[in-house]
Amino acid sequence: MNILLDLFLSFAKIGLFTFGGGYAMIALIENTCVAEKQWITHDEMMNITVIAESTPGPIAINCATYVGYKQGGIAGSLTATLGMILPSFCIIFAISRFLDHFLEIVWISHAFQGIKIAVGILILDAAVNMLKKMQKKPMPRIIVLCAFAAMMVINMTSVRISSILLMLTAGMVSLFLFVIKRPVMKGGAGQ
Amino acid sequence: MILLDLFIGFLKVGCFAFGGAYGAIPLIRDVVLSYGWLSDEMLTYMIAVSESTPGPIMVNLATYVGSSQAGLTGSLIATLAVVLPSFIIVLLVTALLETALNNPYIQALLRGLKPCMIGIVLATGISMILKNGIVLQDNHMFIRPLLMTIGLGAVYFGSRRFRKRGISPILLICISAVAGILIYG
Repeated sequence: MNILLDLFLSFAKIGLFTFGGGYAMIALIENTCVAEKQWITHDEMMNITVIAESTPGPIAINCATYVGYKQGGIAGSLTATLGMILPSFCIIFAISRFLDHFLEIVWISHAFQGIKIAVGILILDAAVNMLKKMQKKPMPRIIVLCAFAAMMVINMTSVRISSILLMLTAGMVSLFLFVIKRPVMKGGAGQ
Repeated sequence: MILLDLFIGFLKVGCFAFGGAYGAIPLIRDVVLSYGWLSDEMLTYMIAVSESTPGPIMVNLATYVGSSQAGLTGSLIATLAVVLPSFIIVLLVTALLETALNNPYIQALLRGLKPCMIGIVLATGISMILKNGIVLQDNHMFIRPLLMTIGLGAVYFGSRRFRKRGISPILLICISAVAGILIYG
């Protein structure tokens, strides 16, 4: 089979059958791309996971772009990414057309009163899992605490500061601390 | 212009969404609420729908918001915008500079960005639970949301004591839907 078509179909299948996104997808991607198709090695798969963690955006998209590029260059990466997105795009687009009417049904709006609470719990759980995986050092802990406090104030009051601004500030502070520490370390090593 | 707003709004989300789907939720809330595209309530419903349908949550949310604001064109633009940054960055990293991510300056930047994202997600989760669980109106506290919050929290976190991986997010959403129908019905 043509490699582009194969990439498209394989990633469309992954996109169609993984619920919940993110890390749930990595297992299926590994299964398809490493074990079944042998497009990449297990080591490369580990490498993708590291890249995915250090780059923004959906992890599944990062994986599709990487595997697609390795197999078919730019065209491959486009096809794989498109395949990944297409199934969910169609499903969500269809849902978006009737969700409003759907919510007018009384028992469904009751169901969503419960679901609303579950969403908060899921987000809290995701944050706790990320905290557990984080390096146990003072610096990241201080940043987490400051970001948490700032975001609580933003959420609970009418102060409007974008969370992107918070992230940029944290990134810049970390970079600044690194730059002012660096010459000292370098000088020490040179002598 | 709405299409341009959608494109820029979701491009920002795509550029800063470290830490996967849940990392993107605070950013999407920020963008969606500041433009007034959806109510907080509607967005929360949509997060649950995105979690329960296949595909990356971030992409699903972009598709939905785009479609609700500007139909098919809007959904295409928003989806493209949210995917574009990670597509380009991964392409650059794999094609040209495999070692770029090991650059000490980029590492230092990431060491600040990632913990900040964790703090933001933590605060978002806690404030959503507080807002939806403790509903105050005219000095009167409603008992049903509070009971549901405690109950669902106990079921979700408690299930890990009995089964290694606990219940899945989709199962929690199903349980919460049934609980909502029973308690409010």
